[in-house]
Amino acid sequence: MFGMGNTNSLKMDEPQPTSLLDTGAQQVIGKPLDRYEGPKKVSGRAMYSAEYRLANMAYGVLVGVGTGAGKVRHIDADAVKSLPGVIDVVTDFKHFIRNSGQGGETKAPTTGVEEVAYFGQVVAIVLGESYEAARDAALQLPVDVEPAEGRWDFEKHKHETEEPPANNIPAHQSKGDLDGAMAEAPVTLDVTYTTPSQNSAAMEPHASVAYWDEGKLTILGSYQIPSKDAQQLADALGVRSSHVRIISEYVGGGFGSKLGISPESAAAAIASKQLGRPVKAVMLRQQVFDATVRRSNTEQRIRFAAGSDGRLTGIGHETLCANLPNEDFFEPTGIGTQSLYAGENRLITHDLVRMNLTLCGSMRAPGEAVGMIALECAMDELAEKLEIDPIELRRRNEPERDPMKDVPFSTRQLIGCMEEGAERFGWNKRNPTPGQVRDGEWLIGMGMAAATRSNLIQNDSAKVTLDAAGHATIETAMTDIGTGTYTVLAQVAGELLGLNADQITVKLGNSDAPPSAGSGGSWGACGSGSSVYLACQRIREELAKKLGVDPDAMTLKDGQAIAENRTTRIAELAGEGIEAMGEISPGKQKDAVTQCSYGAHFCEVGVNRVTGEVRVRRYLGVFSAGRILNLKTARSQCLGAITFGIGSALTEELVHDTRNGKAVNHDLAEYHVPVNADVPQIEVHFLEERDIHTNPLHAKGIGELGISGAPAAVANAIHNACGVRIRDFPLTLDKILGALPAV
Amino acid sequence: MKTFTYERAGSVDEAVRDSSAGGRYIAGGTNLLDLMKLQVETPDKLVDISRLPLDRIEEREDGGLTIGALVPNSDLAADPRVIAGYEVLSRALLAGASGQLRNKASTGGNLLQRTRCYYFYDTAMACNKREPGSGCSAIGGFNRIHAILGASEHCIATHPSDMAVAMRALDAVIITQKADGDKRRISIHDFYRLPGDTPQIENVLEPGELITHVELPAPVEGARHLYRKVRDRASYAFALVSVAGVVRMDGGMIASAALAFGGVAHMPWRNPAVEAALVGKAPSAQAFEAAADALLADAKGYGSNDFKIPLARRTLIASLRELTGE
Amino acid sequence: MHFTINGQSYEAEPDIRTSVLDLCREHLGLTGSKKGCDHGQCGACTVLINGRRVNSCLTLAVMHQDDEIVTIEGLGSPEDLHPMQAAFVAHDGYQCGYCTPGQICSAVGMLDEVKKGWPSHASADLTDVSFDNSEISERMSGNLCRCSAYPNIVDAIREVADQSGDEALKPARQPAEAGA
Repeated sequence: MFGMGNTNSLKMDEPQPTSLLDTGAQQVIGKPLDRYEGPKKVSGRAMYSAEYRLANMAYGVLVGVGTGAGKVRHIDADAVKSLPGVIDVVTDFKHFIRNSGQGGETKAPTTGVEEVAYFGQVVAIVLGESYEAARDAALQLPVDVEPAEGRWDFEKHKHETEEPPANNIPAHQSKGDLDGAMAEAPVTLDVTYTTPSQNSAAMEPHASVAYWDEGKLTILGSYQIPSKDAQQLADALGVRSSHVRIISEYVGGGFGSKLGISPESAAAAIASKQLGRPVKAVMLRQQVFDATVRRSNTEQRIRFAAGSDGRLTGIGHETLCANLPNEDFFEPTGIGTQSLYAGENRLITHDLVRMNLTLCGSMRAPGEAVGMIALECAMDELAEKLEIDPIELRRRNEPERDPMKDVPFSTRQLIGCMEEGAERFGWNKRNPTPGQVRDGEWLIGMGMAAATRSNLIQNDSAKVTLDAAGHATIETAMTDIGTGTYTVLAQVAGELLGLNADQITVKLGNSDAPPSAGSGGSWGACGSGSSVYLACQRIREELAKKLGVDPDAMTLKDGQAIAENRTTRIAELAGEGIEAMGEISPGKQKDAVTQCSYGAHFCEVGVNRVTGEVRVRRYLGVFSAGRILNLKTARSQCLGAITFGIGSALTEELVHDTRNGKAVNHDLAEYHVPVNADVPQIEVHFLEERDIHTNPLHAKGIGELGISGAPAAVANAIHNACGVRIRDFPLTLDKILGALPAV
Repeated sequence: MKTFTYERAGSVDEAVRDSSAGGRYIAGGTNLLDLMKLQVETPDKLVDISRLPLDRIEEREDGGLTIGALVPNSDLAADPRVIAGYEVLSRALLAGASGQLRNKASTGGNLLQRTRCYYFYDTAMACNKREPGSGCSAIGGFNRIHAILGASEHCIATHPSDMAVAMRALDAVIITQKADGDKRRISIHDFYRLPGDTPQIENVLEPGELITHVELPAPVEGARHLYRKVRDRASYAFALVSVAGVVRMDGGMIASAALAFGGVAHMPWRNPAVEAALVGKAPSAQAFEAAADALLADAKGYGSNDFKIPLARRTLIASLRELTGE
Repeated sequence: MHFTINGQSYEAEPDIRTSVLDLCREHLGLTGSKKGCDHGQCGACTVLINGRRVNSCLTLAVMHQDDEIVTIEGLGSPEDLHPMQAAFVAHDGYQCGYCTPGQICSAVGMLDEVKKGWPSHASADLTDVSFDNSEISERMSGNLCRCSAYPNIVDAIREVADQSGDEALKPARQPAEAGA
């Protein structure tokens, strides 16, 4: 952290009973304000990384191998160097990135590309004077790989497991005796769900524009965490971290895929150094699928032991997932299961199967996105088995305290979300017997699921400067990846300093700015917003001092400071300017209470009784996530997350050929993300809530909550529509077809 | 993309003359450029025919329609004469691609579009269509979108067009001009080739032969039209299975039936035995099942696409119910 | 080569292989149009050529020297937003913003198509389009949005359609048919 004269630091050891956001007079916090950078985005003036043109810049196109395992024997650069416009072929077996970095790491990811660990691994970059020249040569570059047998067939290898070290959560946790509970319980359920590999598929492909200036590297690139990504890259290149700067002013989507650095970053940096010119490297869309990161496929066994009233005495959630050799990340599917439902006997485990396929890492809501599929579908199965309403079943299993850690919940309104959602959605019109409702060719059904997403903050910081004109500037390395950071930070500052958005400048995405944990894990707005809050709190104190009053006795509104019946322009009080740093870090509140956001999903589908095609007809989500900082952007984040859930349920699957590890459907034509026609006019509602344990904003994370449980709501609706219970995702028509009656 | 020389043709004659071996016509470019970027197609020369006067739709005296090869998919779908007399064609076009692609893709180009097979698209994979004799990666691989009819041990690719399926149900005739200046009329039923042991040959066009028009015969009076497309998401996806039907009823009997199928074969598929099972009969479950039996008698799945067989059966039967008003 | 873009004349010397998209982005400093896939599979590159929406990544610059090209920059600027741009801001029809220029150009082109009477896959009657939300969704399905602002995009387009007062752009009087 910067050592600054005027730093307001807060470690979240104690609850924060009050928030200045509740006593602000500006009345901007929470409001559905238009995005700060909106006019730029809609007019094409927002610059994304690949749009920067630097003098003497060369174009770089990456080369991925067409073999699924082995060793690079020879790269025949001469075969392409004479093509018109080709500058060079650059490769660096030692320093090129083999596997992308994981989110939050500061050490280099796995480098070294002479060994081929998966199909599509990047081994070279071709430089050209034009994109066309570089791309042509890259596609023609002969790369000779001595092939080896690889592990490409998950089914074949899934019994060769290892327990990984803790990552997000412990790999294995248990309490009590699940097997005993299963043996004794009047009612049990033992079902296994499988989910496929997925890809974040952000609309902006990974891109890095690299240039060196007197030994210092600058990358204009698409990154979620510039502060840490700069360190990852520095370590990968063997340079001092103070010599690497990453700038990500606008990021065209991340969803986890840009948390850590990817192969194009090192390739661009190394090529730029070698050529002595700036280099722009943009991944081809196919390469984004092949050589960045995927969400692991999973096989999840859920066991429930319950009384005949549905009260759980045992919960088991055992998962198999995958990763490359020497990579410790595992998909933490059990993360939501830890604290969602009561039940004394618990077993939550994750085991890794080593595969020679693209790196597995974080994709939106790592853990909950797929873990809640198994859990929430299994709850639906249990409810049906017991003939208890699915909401009532969850009500009966609502824990008073965290069932693993035995601490209180900071705030929790799961039941409220379910009840509000049920009322708004017309849940009481649902026929619990499947297959009873028809609309022409369509079998209609309703399903629901709970949503939970753990809340946390990481170390974060921001600088706020109030200048002589009364204008505030916020600077932090934090990013806006579509999450609304620009706007939300301006609202926090505006509320505390009595300013409107047009009096505030927000500067994001530069790793030279005060460090930030970036956009990820739903911690962004809370961490960064709290940092801005703390900085502004210090500025308020300074202003109050100048007025000779207590900060509590001062009101800031519309650029004026009001105290003891005097009104003074803030600009006047600011003098030559006031600068302050805000720093927040997690503390004892992280473990003294369990912090999660909660919600409930409601979905109505039509299943076509001829073809098995599924269409989502209606969708409603109710969420509680502490103070909502901006109603418009928060709602949009939930719409987006729910849509990820619809894709996860119905259409998304990254298929790997088991004979050679090739990602078969590695483009946007055949990896099916939802299109506009797949998504109805989703309704999103929020319950009012304030959480004094999380941060001074009294807010919780919202970006990933909406995907948690969403696919299960869709699947449960499908079951209600046609009686088919499919446990292998995505629920494509071929899986449903076999169970439909004759046409 | 490999580089190429580029010429804009000023006339059809000029275009056909200029198209030497290795040269390709480019009109909308939506399929060709896609494949050139991946070096699946590597023409040395592009002959730009996009400005030739082949963009009209004209009514003929015999009541049929002549469609210029350059009429974009959007315009063809929206033309009132097409909607009135050949609704199956309009529906098929509208079910395909996206608004942007339909605005650019030409009638001729749509007929000639190439398969979406994942392995065809990847030059690192063996593919008999790209490189005869190298093998078929789809067989034994992931073949969800591949053929269940008319395939061979050399190739199980499907033709992805919706429009071509409707045109096959409409007995379209493809008009061409050959390199030597001669014009040809090719029934769509004779236009496409099964993969056999030459999957690299997809149709009967000779090198340099240019499609100039497509003729549709006079519409079947009083017929019902249907295009039903089954796919993995609600829009912007290729057909897993599709059915194009033109059926005329008379006195409660099926007087005529033209049925073509997409997503199932190397070409838009039409089998007279399917129609023979229906014509002259009253609509009934048995007749529909018999038609499906005829369609799928030789159907074969390759592991990931076995579901297409029951899917095709069910889709056909449901389509026939709708077409016969059953 | 010579081009007319947003009403202005441009000279450039792109590669013969250069797409209209890369012409704009790499040669002319018009970086508003975005490259999401380069293969016509996402729509982020949508521009208007002679008033028609097309994927600019899948057509060669050399083939469009006689055409009028309109990109997102030509529709409006932050100080002077096109009604569609303003509606997207008001309805939050975006998040990361990367697909947004393509969405907006596509929406503008699409409304013109509806005014011309063009039906869509969602039209029950090809001769008489009821321009309801299912029509908007279907016609805009060629523009992927991974952040998924789809419901907001529909709302934004609906607002512009309603404000136009154009008969052809009015929604159905009956509720849209469900499930289909």
